[in-house]
Amino acid sequence: MEPRDAKFIDIHQAEMVFNTSKGQFHALRDINLTVRKGEFVTLIGHSGCGKSTLLNLIAGLLLPSDGVLICANREIAGPSPERAVVFQNHSLLPWLTCHENIHLGVERVFSATENKSALKERTKAALAMVGLTAAGQKRPHEISGGMKQRVGIARALAMEPKVLLMDEPFGALDALTRAHLQDELLKIVAKTESTVVMVTHDVDEAVLLSDRIVMMTNGPAATIGDIVQVRLARPRERVALAQDPLYAEYRTSVLEFLYRKQAHPVAQAA
Amino acid sequence: MDTAANENRQAATMNSVTAEAVPEAAVVTPRPAPKMSSRRSSMPSWLMKIIAPLLGLAFLVLIWQIIAMSNSQFPTPLLTLQEALKLFADPFYRTSPNDQGIGWNILASLQRVAVGFGLAALIGIPLGFMIGRFKFLSSMFGPIISLLKPVSPLAWLPIGLLVFKSANPAAIWSIFICSIWPMIINTAVGVQRVPQDYMNVARVLNLSEWKIITKILLPSVLPYMLTGVRLAIGTAWLVIVAAEMLTGGVGIGFWVWDEWNNLNVPHIIIAIVVIGVVGLLLEQLLVALAKAFTYEQVSN
Repeated sequence: MEPRDAKFIDIHQAEMVFNTSKGQFHALRDINLTVRKGEFVTLIGHSGCGKSTLLNLIAGLLLPSDGVLICANREIAGPSPERAVVFQNHSLLPWLTCHENIHLGVERVFSATENKSALKERTKAALAMVGLTAAGQKRPHEISGGMKQRVGIARALAMEPKVLLMDEPFGALDALTRAHLQDELLKIVAKTESTVVMVTHDVDEAVLLSDRIVMMTNGPAATIGDIVQVRLARPRERVALAQDPLYAEYRTSVLEFLYRKQAHPVAQAA
Repeated sequence: MDTAANENRQAATMNSVTAEAVPEAAVVTPRPAPKMSSRRSSMPSWLMKIIAPLLGLAFLVLIWQIIAMSNSQFPTPLLTLQEALKLFADPFYRTSPNDQGIGWNILASLQRVAVGFGLAALIGIPLGFMIGRFKFLSSMFGPIISLLKPVSPLAWLPIGLLVFKSANPAAIWSIFICSIWPMIINTAVGVQRVPQDYMNVARVLNLSEWKIITKILLPSVLPYMLTGVRLAIGTAWLVIVAAEMLTGGVGIGFWVWDEWNNLNVPHIIIAIVVIGVVGLLLEQLLVALAKAFTYEQVSN
């Protein structure tokens, strides 16, 4: 594998300090992380540990106070469709149909090189990929939470991003819907060979989906505490994995980190 | 529809709007009685809905009758009704510039409101957009708006007369001045409250400024803008009556003053009712418009 692919995303000594009305808040320190092309990395940690901040740094929605972030050999200087984000609350525009929501991104990325019917085909293909062909003309408030999140994923993937960034995408869903969408995401990622960075607070989700689990220490001034390599064969199957001793081992080591080494800060228990 | 959130939003916006507009705003939401009360009474709820307002009306007429009986100058409800029937039998006659049917007077007032209001929307809404979008402009115009907003629009009437040298444009000028503040303020607040999530979407998708305005800003600001428009039209209708009393010519305000000079009290009472009805209709029209353009906020 080329070195460029091994360091597809390269974060070097990133620091994040927020200037708030109560003074400075040191959110992240000494973040060093590389993500391979095609790798699925999850960021896990207690609330307030800055995992979303790190994701926003990679997205370019925030710029680091210090340090460098590189994606595909170019410094991350701002948001771009090549690093598509799936937001926690899906952030679909309520006045547009599902089709139009996805089309907005497709149009922006491909309208310079493709004609209108090709753009439409792309949008339709994205909807079909998440199994929502029938809901294309519905508005977000007419569909369920799980469906909205699928539209959010379709919107991101339709732009054929280099990196897919997901900020607790299934956090607000019920357990069954979440499991269903995780399985679906596994299939989609296998098919599209996407590079994914995902924020989660769900240990099972992290072990099931990731190649590596990046565990963050508690804030303020949070950093990467430890990284677990998940060497489970793909394709992964939820029910079979439940009895896999290796799965249990990974699960335990993440739990160990979260609840022994980095016990939940009481003040942020909410 | 997420009405509760809307209500909150409107309530929040009202605080920042002209003092004249607030009483109007308080009348806007005639909520149906909660279900609890219909359980306590034995009457079906639709009957309650009809009977309660009718009782209120009857109460008003009764008070009026008592006043009329104790004061010979005050017309009775019956006499006023007879006068009204006479008046509305021919609302569009025109014998001289100073003697026209009530229909012409109402239309003349509505026309002034429409022109002044339209000009205010044309300038106020884009200005509100810019003030909401750019912090510098907000700091630049904020103090001026705060200073001028509480000034009664009628205080601007002499300036209008001075500049335009004519009564009609001066009246329109007063309408313009009173309508522009709620539109600027509400539009600006709407732009400032566009959810950050939507702006993040715009940034990640790297949308052009034009797409941001048409696909994100306009649709999410529209409900705020329409609240501003609704408050403005309420104030405009309040102001036009007063302005016309001062400027003369044709118009419902002038008509009231003219009938006072003729000591025709029934006509004054009829005018009051007509002004109320027209104001109510304008308000309802804009509430319906606002409802049609209010989108449900995204939530899981």
